[in-house]
Amino acid sequence: MSDSGGHRTSDAPLVEVRGLQKYFYEQDSLVDALLRTDPVAVKAVDGVSFDISAGETLGLVGESGCGKSTCGETLLRLQEPTGGTVHFDGENVFEMQNSDLKSFRRNAQFIFQDPFSSLDPRIPIGRSVREPLETHDWPWTEPDVETEATVRTDGVPRDRVAVSVAADIDKVVTPENGVATATVTVRQLASAADSGEEERGRDTSDTIEATVEEDLTIGVQTDGDRIDVDVSVGRSNKQLRKERAAMLLERVGLSADQRDRYPHEFSGGQRQRVGIARALALNPDFLVLDEPTSALDVSVQAQILNLLSELQAEFDLTYLLISHDLSVIRHISDRVAVMYLGEIVEIAPSEKLFRNPAHPYTQALLESVPRVSTAEQDRNIETLSGDVPSPRNPPSGCRFRTRCPKVIPPPALDIEQPAYRTVMDIRERIENRSLDLDGIREQLANEGKSTGTDELVRELEERLIDTDLDRREAENVETAFRAIANDEWDRAAELLRAEYESICETVSPELQDANDHQAACHLLDDRSVAEHRDRDGTVDSRE
Amino acid sequence: MPSIPTSRGRSGVPEMGEDILRIDGLSTRFFTAEGQVNAVSDLDLTVESGEVFGIVGESGSGKSVTAESIMDLIESPGEITDGSVEYRNSEFADAISENHPGAVDDDFVDLRQIPKDARRSLRGSEFTMIFQDPESSFNPSLTVGEQLAEAVEVQRRATANPRSTKARTRSVEYSFGSLIASTVLDSQKFIKPASKARAVELLEQVGIPDPAKRADEYPHEYSGGMLQRAMIAQALAGEPDILIADEPTTALDVTIQAQILNLLKDLQEEIGMTILLITHNLGVIARMCDRVGVMYAGEIVERGTLEDVFDSPTHPYTQGLLGSVPDLENVGGTLQPIEGSVPSLLDHEMESRCYFADRCPKAMEECLEKPPEFAGPGSPDHRALCYLADHEYDPEQALPPGYFEDEEVAPDE
Repeated sequence: MSDSGGHRTSDAPLVEVRGLQKYFYEQDSLVDALLRTDPVAVKAVDGVSFDISAGETLGLVGESGCGKSTCGETLLRLQEPTGGTVHFDGENVFEMQNSDLKSFRRNAQFIFQDPFSSLDPRIPIGRSVREPLETHDWPWTEPDVETEATVRTDGVPRDRVAVSVAADIDKVVTPENGVATATVTVRQLASAADSGEEERGRDTSDTIEATVEEDLTIGVQTDGDRIDVDVSVGRSNKQLRKERAAMLLERVGLSADQRDRYPHEFSGGQRQRVGIARALALNPDFLVLDEPTSALDVSVQAQILNLLSELQAEFDLTYLLISHDLSVIRHISDRVAVMYLGEIVEIAPSEKLFRNPAHPYTQALLESVPRVSTAEQDRNIETLSGDVPSPRNPPSGCRFRTRCPKVIPPPALDIEQPAYRTVMDIRERIENRSLDLDGIREQLANEGKSTGTDELVRELEERLIDTDLDRREAENVETAFRAIANDEWDRAAELLRAEYESICETVSPELQDANDHQAACHLLDDRSVAEHRDRDGTVDSRE
Repeated sequence: MPSIPTSRGRSGVPEMGEDILRIDGLSTRFFTAEGQVNAVSDLDLTVESGEVFGIVGESGSGKSVTAESIMDLIESPGEITDGSVEYRNSEFADAISENHPGAVDDDFVDLRQIPKDARRSLRGSEFTMIFQDPESSFNPSLTVGEQLAEAVEVQRRATANPRSTKARTRSVEYSFGSLIASTVLDSQKFIKPASKARAVELLEQVGIPDPAKRADEYPHEYSGGMLQRAMIAQALAGEPDILIADEPTTALDVTIQAQILNLLKDLQEEIGMTILLITHNLGVIARMCDRVGVMYAGEIVERGTLEDVFDSPTHPYTQGLLGSVPDLENVGGTLQPIEGSVPSLLDHEMESRCYFADRCPKAMEECLEKPPEFAGPGSPDHRALCYLADHEYDPEQALPPGYFEDEEVAPDE
């Protein structure tokens, strides 16, 4: 049935993603064009590369808005990419057309987060599961597939048996090496059998019984010495589809009797099972699971996760699991990629990534998850400051640097991390000109204070500095504040930049090619590795 | 973060560790077209002053309805049909006892027996609630600062007139006429500058950078985490005794969730507020709570200290819940989920038995009769609504497999 499972020859990864990019453009309408407004790019996915080998599960984890769902959708060409390539089984997905594309759509399926909106409320679930079969004209029969029968006899001379096999049994029997084989047994019975009960795979005539192992229909007729056996599918395509839908529903843990019910009659977990049955209908090789359990309760989530594991083993599936839930990712993934603001910051086998996270973002993410244990209250969590920046205007260099607790100061500078963080936050505000000086002046005036430079600078220091700065830093910041009080923003920015510019903001870190564990962080750069790696090979903070 | 001016001077609040909230036999029903829904059934709960009490359960277990019942937020077709919600505050009890001596028992006031107006007067100043979705809890057409200042005004009035049991939002100053006047006349400001300044202070307390500027922004200009902080600031404006937090971090990312939980923890330790925390996330419970109640089908099926419930769970539902969570420390393995799904709470489909029996791997014949609450191992607080807390599982008493399936299918077919 699967027309790709058989002919995969190479050991190359099933899915190869290279530099995948998806920008959404705002202010891109005709009116904007007429007004000559430049379109603004929202860089949802910005140059993402990874491989997924056949049979493995790659987990894609990140916070909301980091582009993980867009990545999954673009990869399956549910969104048109703005750059990069995806090869599926060696073929470029973005260049596929017509029949190639249709076959790709069969082999790669998507499971959505929300089982409430991904099923049509007006269609019974049995029909929902049958729908992809109808769209893709399942069952398929290949004209160049040969059909034959292996015949065993029991008490009947082999040469008396003539077997004819229908040409379309490859609808039901998976062909091997281009041949679909039916296994037929012809047996001599002691007495004439009652042909009362009808059974698809068994038929009798006089004292001769013929059976077929596969799910086919067999007919036998005796004509003197001759025994004619006839093997065929024996039922309509529609019937086959119904049977497959029923089989799928049973397989995902529902009852085939429920096929005529509507989605609203099912709970969230049951609907997600319907979604899974529907995705499996065409026997795909690859599934993108976008937050498959996020809408479900934890006890039901566990059922679905167990089901997904079973199905993967049974149907040789390859998964891309997208989730924000690290424990789900860890439970089911062989390898994990961590995304931040449209980029992959770390990718590694699950065990390595969770035991030994290299990127500060991964470390912070892991630390943030509350553990289900009574020891949790005593665990000290260093939380990340601030929010994820906007993907419209991501930070230069390393995108995580605005929140990173381990930003690398210039080599000549000896500074504690909290002080450096404070200075960097002030720089950020000055460079973006996001300090509301007029507001502060107004407030000072309201409180009856002077609005001169000295007062303004003191007020700014009070508001923006919450750590102890060394004298040098305090002076530099004060000079900068005096500059902006005189409306010399550029000079202030320049002044601080000259002193405090970090490699993290000038150079975008690349994924370091260290075996199968890669992380994009300057802490792992060759020249700084020596100072930052401790004996276990983990990265230590600069403290 | 600047220290929080604790105006705990307000007397009447019980000492740390004494009961502040006592709920007895609470039942809340919803009368829908499909029938009567028993959202909360005969629920007992005691919360001590200064503790964080967690209620954990799956969707539809009745945990939010419990919170809304305490806050008196149940609206038609819902109704609290039975039980008492007793709040302990000696000053409030004094004020109430003049007109409603029957509602007062020592320092406790039964909130079910006092007029709606008096109940309303507690909201915001004594009881306050934060919700899962901050976007829908703010008015999108007012700046965050204005909304906070309004909450401060309510509190101001409450402290100015502590014995008033009239709802404080009903006065002339908050009337529609006053609103119109404020738009026309500058002198008729809806919000006083002092309240505005306090609003900015509150924003700073919850860790919002540049609070003076942010106070003048509208809710849509805030990120989810920031808005959740603003909502906590709004709740703090009333200097409440009891904060009810209904899934306060469910809509947030884990790094932001960690920030908010740390914030709640710091605030709680600093001002000794009592928190009733409602969540489905066992990790959040583990991080925050002193004591825990596990809800299933409208009942608390197991309760105790965090250690009781997490280290020696007695009810099979609690065990199943804990077994369902994928472990972050270890990879792979098969989870031990609870089979089936949350039961229907429709009155005519509920039988008088242990509501968990149909999903329970250890259901016995006696489970067809409603179990009382038995003491569990560990602290004296540990109690479970299950026969297994009293005696061992007896395989001979086991219900035959599929016992509940027939009866469930029957009404449909």
